[in-house]
Amino acid sequence: MKKLGVFICHCGVNIAGTVDVKSVAEEVGKVEGVIHSTDYIYMCSEPGQQLIREAIREKGLEGVIVACCSPNMHENTFRKAVKSVGMNPYLCEIANIREQCSWVHQKEKEKATEKAKEIILATLEKVKANVSLEAISVSINRNVLVIGGGIAGMTAALDLAEGGYEVILLEKDQALGGHMAQLSTTFPDLHPALPDLYSKALAIEKHPRIQLLCCSEVEDVKGYVGNFELMLRKKATYVDWAQCNGCSRCIQACPVEHVSEFDGGLSFRKAIDLLYPKSIPNQPVIHRNFCRYFIDQSCKICEQICPEKAIRFDQEDEQIQKKVGAIVVATGYELYPKEQLGEYGYGTIPDVIDGLTFERMLSPTGPTQGRIVRPSDGKVPKEMVFIQCVASRDPDRYMPYCSRICCMYTAKQATVFKEQVPEGQPYIFYMDIRSDGKGYEEFLQKTIEEKGLLYLRGRVSRVFQDDGKVRVLGVDTLTGKMIEVAADMVVLATAIIPRDGVKELAAKLRATVDRHGFLTEAHIKLYPVESSTKGIYLAGCGQSPKDISDTVSQASATASKIQALLSTDQLLQDPLIAWVDETICSGCGICVSICPYEAREMDSQRGISVVHSALCQGCGACIAACPNFACELRNSSSIQTLRMVDTFVTAGVRE
Amino acid sequence: MADFEPRIVAFLCHWCTYTGADLAGTTRQQYPPNIRVIHLMCSGAVDSIYILKALIDGADGVLIGGCHPGDCHYQTGNYKARRRVAILKGILTQMGFTDDRIWLRWISASEGKLFADTVTRMTEELRKMGPNPMKQLWNA
Repeated sequence: MKKLGVFICHCGVNIAGTVDVKSVAEEVGKVEGVIHSTDYIYMCSEPGQQLIREAIREKGLEGVIVACCSPNMHENTFRKAVKSVGMNPYLCEIANIREQCSWVHQKEKEKATEKAKEIILATLEKVKANVSLEAISVSINRNVLVIGGGIAGMTAALDLAEGGYEVILLEKDQALGGHMAQLSTTFPDLHPALPDLYSKALAIEKHPRIQLLCCSEVEDVKGYVGNFELMLRKKATYVDWAQCNGCSRCIQACPVEHVSEFDGGLSFRKAIDLLYPKSIPNQPVIHRNFCRYFIDQSCKICEQICPEKAIRFDQEDEQIQKKVGAIVVATGYELYPKEQLGEYGYGTIPDVIDGLTFERMLSPTGPTQGRIVRPSDGKVPKEMVFIQCVASRDPDRYMPYCSRICCMYTAKQATVFKEQVPEGQPYIFYMDIRSDGKGYEEFLQKTIEEKGLLYLRGRVSRVFQDDGKVRVLGVDTLTGKMIEVAADMVVLATAIIPRDGVKELAAKLRATVDRHGFLTEAHIKLYPVESSTKGIYLAGCGQSPKDISDTVSQASATASKIQALLSTDQLLQDPLIAWVDETICSGCGICVSICPYEAREMDSQRGISVVHSALCQGCGACIAACPNFACELRNSSSIQTLRMVDTFVTAGVRE
Repeated sequence: MADFEPRIVAFLCHWCTYTGADLAGTTRQQYPPNIRVIHLMCSGAVDSIYILKALIDGADGVLIGGCHPGDCHYQTGNYKARRRVAILKGILTQMGFTDDRIWLRWISASEGKLFADTVTRMTEELRKMGPNPMKQLWNA
């Protein structure tokens, strides 16, 4: 029989105010195997930990239970304490008698005392069968993959490279920048977006430790934290970027024009083109769907005009194999599809546009060189309506969440409009104004006061075209009056949604997404940049809607977490994982099919199933699925759980 | 029957419901002390035999708490739990266990109040249901 010690914490009055700790210590002390049972005012304090260490040394304890707060609080503290005097840390367990006992039964002291005792007795059953374990050491690759070349991915990549790590930066599109490259100015300081972006993009392009792969996607991911094996696909650009000198003669010469998605449909681009002028990288891509060579081989003008002979019509997609230790997912956002927003006339009325399209209009490098004009007739609009919360905060029909950036960018856009068209009148339909960032509220108040923005609190009921105007019907809920505006132009602040294809990417990475498709973090407060899969980290709007400041902060946090992870050559992993009793395993393979991490595999020679210790995350799915108890979770075996059940049930049933 | 106090054995997943139960404590939500919690990493790790043993031994109710659909930390553990409980209920009904004594609930780490409410409601329901018939067998 193991020699066990029980240490009961008062937590001041937090526990002792409800649970009679003295009597519990006395009762538990009578249990077979418990050779030491005591209580103390704060077990987590230095003198409290000293009590535990002394008892281990003097009485030769072989298992320790600390009855205190949740294991989420101090399990580590006490495991470290016992380790310092030579006990294996996995022989120390926590009995949670604060969060799940004293705090929730404050008026039922007697019953809470009885419950606390039973919780300790059940935990004793667990500790009795616990075995000594050592953390599993795995060697790691110290390179990092960053998926997404927007401001989030760029920041993370740059931070990591500056920290000394080799980074592969993967961008789906042909150039860096993401949505930030589409923006004109940013709130609250009205700084132009592009110079800020360029400073980072140039640093990335020149950085010796960043390999930038544009037009590239993740095809397959295998492995686990510290040892991911990647298969990347670099799509054909039909231009040899190593040869191209960026003179853009090919772009000028190209006879084919197609609607520019980047400009929100307000301009045309060539079949061979840059993503935007002065983009980084500054080399063009031939768009196969539009290029006449690929349609009917009728045109090769770009090839003929190129002074560097860089055009490669025969270029093919390239598969690239890489190994990395950690992955950042910074896939960003897109706007709610206009096809599904018919009620606002979006997609059918040309003068109803979304916020990003309006950004293109405001951009000096955009389709109108920064001039605000109606897309339908090119006239300067006088009456402008901005509608906030389009498809956001509307759980019945669209998205229930707040897209977080719309209040501020709408205020900014209305301000810029008023500056450019002083005689014009901006109307803003809103639900609430959310201006919680640094300097945001001040910016907002200043614009309302100085620019004469007209804020109308209420939802819009109808938008329709009438006599060259866009009529917007709504209600001002503060005055209770119906409002009708004959607008020249309407800008919709549409909801942010995750990028198309994130779900598929998450499946490849074994990361999870929430019901809206945003990537889920391991813990909303404590582990906000870690995904639920070790080694996969999150940054930017792929995780949840956020503005540039928050995105950059989060990306830097992600980079610093990864630097900590990769700061050693060996990674220590929790040993609380599955194992197989080879004498019992029948080789049925159920565990192999049920494992979400590909951590179980059949050993065909021995006819049994085995565990990849580095891949196993210790969820216990295989333990519950194994029909003959051949696989178990270390220190959380079926028999341990059954004995705990037994303790709990018999205490209440068979007195 | 007046002083019958049901006994609930709960299997809570680490990432959602156990943490939610901790939050119930941190926010001092009060609920009946009839519940005994066993901490597991995932609701998908709840072996049918745990539930069966609890019921056969005489527990009046079994609560299984997991992450909301789509939120499982281990991708699909909660779906496994859902299937397992559905099948188990079918078998138990055939065995004569017609009462609704197995509760599978999705309670996230931020839903401390929901956890407290769930335990309160389950305790009330079980009080109405009366003791687990197996208990008579053991105390005979």
